Amino acid sequence: MANVTQATVEHVAGLARLSLTADEKERFARQLQQILEYAESIQALDVEGVAPMSHAGLETPLRAEPAEPQPGLERATALGAAPDAADGLFRVPKVIGG
Amino acid sequence: MSAAWTQTAATLAARVRGREFSAEESIRAHLDRVAATDPRVRAFLRVREEQALSEARAVDARVAAGEALPLAGVPVAIKDVLHVAGEPTTCGSRILEGYVAPYTASAVARLQQAGAVVIGKTNMDEFAMGSSNENSAYFPTANPWDLARVPGGSSGGSAAAVAASQSPLSLGSDTGGSIRQPAALCGIVGLKPTYGRVSRYGLVAFASSLDQIGPFARTVEDAALCAQALFGRDERDSTSAAQPVPDFTASLGSGARGLRIGVPEAFIASGLDPAVETLFRAALDDLKREGAEIVPVELPHAPHAIATYYLVATAEASSNLARYDGVRYGLRVEAEDLKRQYGETRDRGFGAEVKRRIILGTFVLSSGYYDAYYKRAQQVRTLIRRDFERAFESCDAIATPTTPTPAFRFGEKTDDPLQMYLADVFTVPANLAGLPGISLPCGLAGGLPAGLQFVGRPFDEATLFRLGAAYQRATNHHEARPPLD
Repeated sequence: MANVTQATVEHVAGLARLSLTADEKERFARQLQQILEYAESIQALDVEGVAPMSHAGLETPLRAEPAEPQPGLERATALGAAPDAADGLFRVPKVIGG
Repeated sequence: MSAAWTQTAATLAARVRGREFSAEESIRAHLDRVAATDPRVRAFLRVREEQALSEARAVDARVAAGEALPLAGVPVAIKDVLHVAGEPTTCGSRILEGYVAPYTASAVARLQQAGAVVIGKTNMDEFAMGSSNENSAYFPTANPWDLARVPGGSSGGSAAAVAASQSPLSLGSDTGGSIRQPAALCGIVGLKPTYGRVSRYGLVAFASSLDQIGPFARTVEDAALCAQALFGRDERDSTSAAQPVPDFTASLGSGARGLRIGVPEAFIASGLDPAVETLFRAALDDLKREGAEIVPVELPHAPHAIATYYLVATAEASSNLARYDGVRYGLRVEAEDLKRQYGETRDRGFGAEVKRRIILGTFVLSSGYYDAYYKRAQQVRTLIRRDFERAFESCDAIATPTTPTPAFRFGEKTDDPLQMYLADVFTVPANLAGLPGISLPCGLAGGLPAGLQFVGRPFDEATLFRLGAAYQRATNHHEARPPLD
């Protein structure tokens, strides 16, 4: 089974865009190892040919429905909750170049 | 007449419709009750006093105009994971502190349409992740039965508000037991509807294939009344079901005779508190006396439900929670570049349990582990659903205790996430299979409530209400009130 080290947690935290303290890395590595050991029980089950269940929808979520335009949020409302907005746009630190 | 806050939603609405008292008086009585009890219980993150009274006056005007409102003047408390336009939605998290909802969730709007008045937003485990309310970034809610104990979670505030008679109805969300587990621990009724029954539009997503909104109430009749208003197709949620919604009041009086209740003995055998087991057995005897037949059923894969759930739900959560990035809403921790800003914002904004689940979910979806964990868990989910399909060939509902133990003390499980997860062992299978489940109070174990759970066939909430109403006619466990007064 997977061996969760602090390096694993650091790698995954990077993928999830989470900065963690050294203490959190140590604690999460230990706890995730424990949870995965518990979850190991499903490895012994025979799932050969069993279709994965990705949703509990008992009806198809892809019904044909006419796509009629509906009123949505006004731009100002959508931007209203932003920590930093200007000229009708969300503002973020410079991403490219420099 | 006794105080408005002691009455059921059904009685309140009938009296407001009959002009015996006004919606405004009903709401004022409940706001007073909140003021008297919430300093101890702490169910609410925010109470809407002026707003609720002014909305109550609008309900009075609708009643005067002749509208027959099924929830006329009935207060409702809303878990802070559902949007109410103009009110903050925090999800119990620092990362959404200061965020104000720009629209109202469909579930809330339906209750308002039926004449209910939102009196406030209730506390919860952060992003609905937890079984004790200790993961709220703000404060923990107490169990009205013993203020040193947890109310359960994640909808602990909504459960405590109804148990403390602050509101006869509240809404919660249930991803792995977050309505039924706190209902059991607080001694009230909690319903998780069939997946698709209630629109999730305006519900902040945790695990989208499992999340479902449902009511808390003190009686089955009130839960059915609330469900009647809540259920039904909503074009704003493509997963909401177009299945017809039956008239639930029609099934409430039908009794338990002729119904077969399946008991999965092997599944419930381990880890059950002896006092909870005694109450569960007594409940089965009561149901037998009411004419139900008790039959054995097997759920061979149910013992794998917690493992399956924590792989599936965390994977979905890691994706859903990617949106909290400090750009469009909520907290932003400034940093010199965007990537660092994401990391710092999310580190500061999320609590420990949320980070733990994001990391687990990202891990099981990551290259090299996807097939062994995420895909395999989805396959086991199919096996769990098939177990239920087979069981329902020989029974109409499946009974288990809702939780293995009554409410635990604050701090008892906070250092051991796995022990906390196991509080949901009996509730999680219904979420994985998409089935409806209801928890009913079935007596006190050492002064603390225990819950009886029924799980039903897809879209067959009517049978759960029918069984629950029969049980509440035969017993008086639902009339017990916590020692707050």
